[in-house]
Amino acid sequence: MNADLLVIGGGLHGLSAALQSARRGVSVILVERHFLGRHASGATAAGVRTLGRDPAELPLSLEAAGTWHEMNELVGDDCGFIACGQLQVAEDEVALAKIQARIRGLEAKGFTHETVIGGDEMRELVPDLSPHCLGGAWVAVDGSADPHRTIIAFRDAALRAGVKIVEQCLLTGLQRRAGRWIAETSVGVIEAGTVVNAGGAWADRVAELAGEPVRQSIRTSMMVVTERTQARVKPVVSSLGRKLSFKQTAQGTMVIGGGSQGRLASDRQSASVDFVALAASVGAAVRLFPALKGLRIVRTWAGMEAMTEDHLPVIGFSRKATGLVHAFGFSGHGFQLVPSVGRVVADLVCEGRTNLDLGAFDVERLAKERAVA
Amino acid sequence: MKYDVVVIGAGPAGMSAAIRLRKNGSSVAVIDEQPAPGGQIWRGVERNSGPVAEALGTDYRKGDALVQAFRACGADYMPETQVWQIEEGWNLFLTSGGNARRIGARVVLLANGAQERPVPFPGWTLPGVMTVGAAQILLKSGGMLPQGDVWIAGAGPLPLLYATQLLGLKGRIAGFLDTSRKPGLAALTKLTGAWRDIPGLLKGARWLRDLRKSGKMVRGFHDLRAGGDGRLQYLEWQSAGERRKVKADILLVHEGVVPRIHETMALGCAHEWNELQNYFTPQLDGWGESSKAGLFVAGDAGGIGGWLAATLSGEIAGLGIAKHLDASFDAEGERHKAGLDKRLASARVLRPFLDALYPPPTASIADEVIVCRCEEVTAAQIRSVAKVSAPDPNAVKAATRCGMGPCQGRQCGYSVQALVAEAHGIPPRDVSFFNIRPPLKPVTLGEIAALGDLEDVL
Repeated sequence: MNADLLVIGGGLHGLSAALQSARRGVSVILVERHFLGRHASGATAAGVRTLGRDPAELPLSLEAAGTWHEMNELVGDDCGFIACGQLQVAEDEVALAKIQARIRGLEAKGFTHETVIGGDEMRELVPDLSPHCLGGAWVAVDGSADPHRTIIAFRDAALRAGVKIVEQCLLTGLQRRAGRWIAETSVGVIEAGTVVNAGGAWADRVAELAGEPVRQSIRTSMMVVTERTQARVKPVVSSLGRKLSFKQTAQGTMVIGGGSQGRLASDRQSASVDFVALAASVGAAVRLFPALKGLRIVRTWAGMEAMTEDHLPVIGFSRKATGLVHAFGFSGHGFQLVPSVGRVVADLVCEGRTNLDLGAFDVERLAKERAVA
Repeated sequence: MKYDVVVIGAGPAGMSAAIRLRKNGSSVAVIDEQPAPGGQIWRGVERNSGPVAEALGTDYRKGDALVQAFRACGADYMPETQVWQIEEGWNLFLTSGGNARRIGARVVLLANGAQERPVPFPGWTLPGVMTVGAAQILLKSGGMLPQGDVWIAGAGPLPLLYATQLLGLKGRIAGFLDTSRKPGLAALTKLTGAWRDIPGLLKGARWLRDLRKSGKMVRGFHDLRAGGDGRLQYLEWQSAGERRKVKADILLVHEGVVPRIHETMALGCAHEWNELQNYFTPQLDGWGESSKAGLFVAGDAGGIGGWLAATLSGEIAGLGIAKHLDASFDAEGERHKAGLDKRLASARVLRPFLDALYPPPTASIADEVIVCRCEEVTAAQIRSVAKVSAPDPNAVKAATRCGMGPCQGRQCGYSVQALVAEAHGIPPRDVSFFNIRPPLKPVTLGEIAALGDLEDVL
């Protein structure tokens, strides 16, 4: 098999880069070790959030926010996106002061997407919220999507654009020879001019195969889903300083996440739920919504996702190899960025440059010197 | 609290193992979801007497002695308690009376038995359609009998046993739709082993004779459908080129039992595929130890064998666990002295015959049938997704929500596996099972939140 572009990783970032490159006339093969969306993309709470982002990510995030509102134009489906708003609650004066300072700082840089709201206004948005909450940060145009529907929409759009998707295909070797990449996989050799590394939690392995070892760890954020209940919480709710993100899905289930970490297996291939650690997120949720105490949990899981030291992704050209573009290390907040990062990666693949400054995402900051044998 | 051994399930296997381990002086906790010991087979055995106990038969009454010995063995018995998470090492998270807590163990024994094999067919989700096992629970829990036009559809020893018990209590059966195939060559070849269990064979023959005498046996039919407006009102089937339709108030279905594997699946134990009966069993060594050191399985949870085999495998696991706890313990000697292997072989002698006589249904599930009851996903939806996904039930689950409900795929797991295999033209054994996510049993947000204070308590 051969193509202009080989995308490694069938999560949403791989699919988005494959789709947007193929639309520009590039022939694309995408390989996925398990099935599409097996890890972070399928395990995510699917928050579509500009709220509380690192300023370095804001240009990408604000561009993506616009695309989410017109997702139909990109993939022919709205991906279950609902602009239900995102609310970050301050449970005490210290948290409220931090939120106010952050928003003042954003405004000084010309960003106006977040606003401070008071307790009364907040309780109008979320009547069930515990009375101890003082106020918070609010972004009305943020929201959440349906992760599985998003995966299917991006897959179908990629297939329509001519992307060849190979599932259950494990990358075992990657070498640059005579200006081409030779990828050895469990289903045979694939040749391509350019490679996109969208390997998620295992992107460091791909980088290493390509001769560019990087420092990267794995996040194993846990999630909880409850039984269905009547609609009562519209926005996605988080709480400053607590490991909590909380939303009610279109199906009526409550989804609780927020970054409590599960246990990573020693082979780094799976993660399991640590209920005592999970109690922190669940405890934070029932403190905000005491009425939900009796709701039954039906499922929990620990997703796996690449994490970098500064929690910023790696997006851009390799510093060691020609024809290699990285898109990984989203550190647990990459879902919202899927449309814009795919656009930027397609720029790099097709034109060799892009309009946004990717300096903060340079792989060089995570370069690992190869251990001397 | 940390025990030498935590046993999950107070049925024949769990009780036998606990008694054995207590003899060796181990500290033992036995956790069970039911209010009294006995498991499914001996449910309510301490309470039932008179005509109900009489109708339930001699095998049922045999449970009394074991339950008494269990009550006296000195194990910490925790009834009405659910285990909703097991962590390697071993920690078990329990809930009872609305409160979650955690206990520790050096060894865990899963003796949690079997569940009825769910077989979806048109109308199976209608109120009025239930399993034979559920009906038998009602019978054992207070002598309740189904009323109205009661039909039984299925195959295997349990429907025959239940029908006999029901008739013995002057209950009425409108008819018995026998889905078993004519004993084929495969079953007959197993008879050479089965002759050693003459009483077992005679018992089966007696059930069949009683039923035939009642004149209510229907055989050689296909395309069974349950119908009605909001609840079961009638049954339809195809027989000898004709469509038959009968009035029905209750339909009891049963297509065999399969081991409970959610616990071993969730822990990532190695499993084997049973070709005759189309189910997974955890891979076990000669003592019942799984691929995870310190995790043992006994009884039907390790492969369907019935109550007597469960009792013996529980004793064997008890010895294996004693050896695991104290390497100097002569488990082999005890095993030999008690003649456990010989007795186990004799308890299992009829099993190959039964497995061959009652193969699992292989009919393709009709498109309109709901396969996942929790999320109401049809066979057609699963087929359309399976065709364009990697041959993995987890991809189907992600795309359809099938298996995401409170039952955790206990109802639809094998059906989805079969549909994925069908869509890709591969045998079911080559298709994996759902990834099982905790909790194994539903637990409330409040209970989880309270675990945050757990470290202080321990």
